[in-house]
Amino acid sequence: MPKFSDASLAKVKEIIARYPEGRHKSALLPVLHMAQAEFGGWLSTETMDYVASVIGIQPIEVYEVASFYTMFELQPTGQYVLQVCHTGPCCLVGADKIIAHLESKLGIKVGDTTSDGLFTLKTVECLASCGTAPVMQLGRRYVENLTEAKLDEMIESIRGNKS
Amino acid sequence: MSRKILLEHADVPGIDTFPIYRQHGGYDSVEKAVKMDPMAIVEEVKTSGLRGRGGAGFSTGIKWSFLDRKSNNPRYLVCNADEGEPGTFKDRYFMEKLPHLLVEGLIVSSFALGTHTAYVYVRGEFFWIIEALEVAIAEAKAAGFLGKNILGSGFDLEIYVHPGAGAYICGEESALLESLEGKKGYPRIKPPFPAISGLFGCPTVINNVETIAAVPWIIVNGGPAYAAIGIGRSTGTKLISASGNIKKPGVYEIDMGITVEEFVMSDEFCGGLLEGRTLKAIIAGGSSVPILPAHLAFKTAAGEPRLMTYESLFDGGFASGTMMGSGGFIVLDNTACIVRNTWNFSRFYHHESCGQCSPCREGTGWLEKVLHRLEHGEGKMHDIDLLVSISKKIEGHTICALGDAAAWPVVSAVLHFREEFESHVKNRGCL
Ligand SMILES: Cc1cc2nc3c(=O)[nH]c(=O)nc-3n(C[C@H](O)[C@H](O)[C@H](O)COP(=O)(O)O)c2cc1C
Ligand code: SF4
Repeated sequence: MPKFSDASLAKVKEIIARYPEGRHKSALLPVLHMAQAEFGGWLSTETMDYVASVIGIQPIEVYEVASFYTMFELQPTGQYVLQVCHTGPCCLVGADKIIAHLESKLGIKVGDTTSDGLFTLKTVECLASCGTAPVMQLGRRYVENLTEAKLDEMIESIRGNKS
Repeated sequence: MSRKILLEHADVPGIDTFPIYRQHGGYDSVEKAVKMDPMAIVEEVKTSGLRGRGGAGFSTGIKWSFLDRKSNNPRYLVCNADEGEPGTFKDRYFMEKLPHLLVEGLIVSSFALGTHTAYVYVRGEFFWIIEALEVAIAEAKAAGFLGKNILGSGFDLEIYVHPGAGAYICGEESALLESLEGKKGYPRIKPPFPAISGLFGCPTVINNVETIAAVPWIIVNGGPAYAAIGIGRSTGTKLISASGNIKKPGVYEIDMGITVEEFVMSDEFCGGLLEGRTLKAIIAGGSSVPILPAHLAFKTAAGEPRLMTYESLFDGGFASGTMMGSGGFIVLDNTACIVRNTWNFSRFYHHESCGQCSPCREGTGWLEKVLHRLEHGEGKMHDIDLLVSISKKIEGHTICALGDAAAWPVVSAVLHFREEFESHVKNRGCL
């Protein structure tokens, strides 16, 4: 059973207080982000039930929202999730090639996770970074002006740190 | 020359911190505003001619004057920082550089509207911006510009940052409100409009980041000074996000009224095309607006120079014009494939449709499918007209404007680049 740390529980309380009395459901998106970060990078049914109980709403209200928004993972992912933008402006400057390169470098297809559990490769829609395209999201930051060399270096360094 | 109103201090080291921002005149507008009559601020914004920078271009002063001030319910100001329109990244750039200017704008706007709570809905992927805004809010509060009894005026205000979670549709204002209430981002049927019944059923004003950020300058310098910049009903400056096949992608603040040609070709802005390339098309206002072929990009159908204004970009209507939209300016050169780009955008709209209305939910899927087969060499000639027919059945028949946004790029691409679609049928794909 997942359980927030005391500091996180205090944070949840502070978040709920941002909204008027009786409008605690508004805290759902921020608290789901916290839960995903704290409980392994994805939202299991147990995690969603726990979030429902912490906020004081029905579990179904959490499932419905968690499945609507693309940032919430409903399946376990690799440790590093590479979310490469594949919308128009990124494709004008080579996003397709970057994605193909990542597939061959990691030996997986978009949507899959490497067998060592290190990387998940995903494509996402416009990240609002078209001026520094191609771009991907990695954790809580963006990696911009992607090149094959830059990606190779990054992947090698992550693999190196693990072995 | 480009005048800088919003970005004047963008490159000052440390401008994202309160003391440096304050040294450069930051928060002066709050000192001035709290001594004014709130309605006088609304009038000043009306006089300035400021129009919403989120895409629709509606007069900000008029929107503010619609706010129901007689209701016994609290009123809210909601800032739209969801920035999801492909080709648009100005709000992100602005908030990274000048978080305090947004906070300052929110304080003055809230004072004018009589709102005591403002929410900034930031797209969830911008983790670092959410943190930066929270720091800026805390700094402003510590200095007495937020919280109870701001600068001794008796006015109270709290600002909260609310993260989205990856849904383009939540940029649509009523979907944003649903999302802020902890629900799926389903746009609401209007009326009622948010000014009467918005967040939590209370009177609400929703404005884009760039709109709110223009308010401090207007209060310090006056509405007429702002209205003196630009041409006609396109007053002030506009942030343009420039991307695609150009030498210098980035965010530029322009005086409205410079020519499209200057914007694309001059070293001050896009820096022109890459060596040896020629211009094929522009998409002037984000993925949702009609695409314009090269011969209509720099000149209108009547042969006049096309300007970076709401009116000039729209000159010719949907037959030969486009729209300012969010100012997401995408340049396509001769290496770009129109069919592929249109397919890409239709995949985007299909992916982002909330699924509430069938013309949009099903129609965007059909558009994507038909464009996919055209791009991949499996299309038939009649598919080209099929695209137009599907688009026409979506346009105007949906709860929110995402349906129109999905239709316009397709209809305009077929209108202006029919030969390229035909060539994809004849040659079984891209040449
Ligand atoms: C599908 C869709 C997506 C939108 N996305 C955004 C957005 O990301 N940011 C924004 O400010 N406005 C967006 N809008 C426009 C808003 O609905 C609204 O008009 C705007 O936030 C109002 O602020 P303004 O008057 O200051 O422009 C979108 C509209 C639609 C139909
Ligand atoms: S037009 Fe599309 S996005 Fe808008 S409400 Fe209908 S289904 Fe949802």
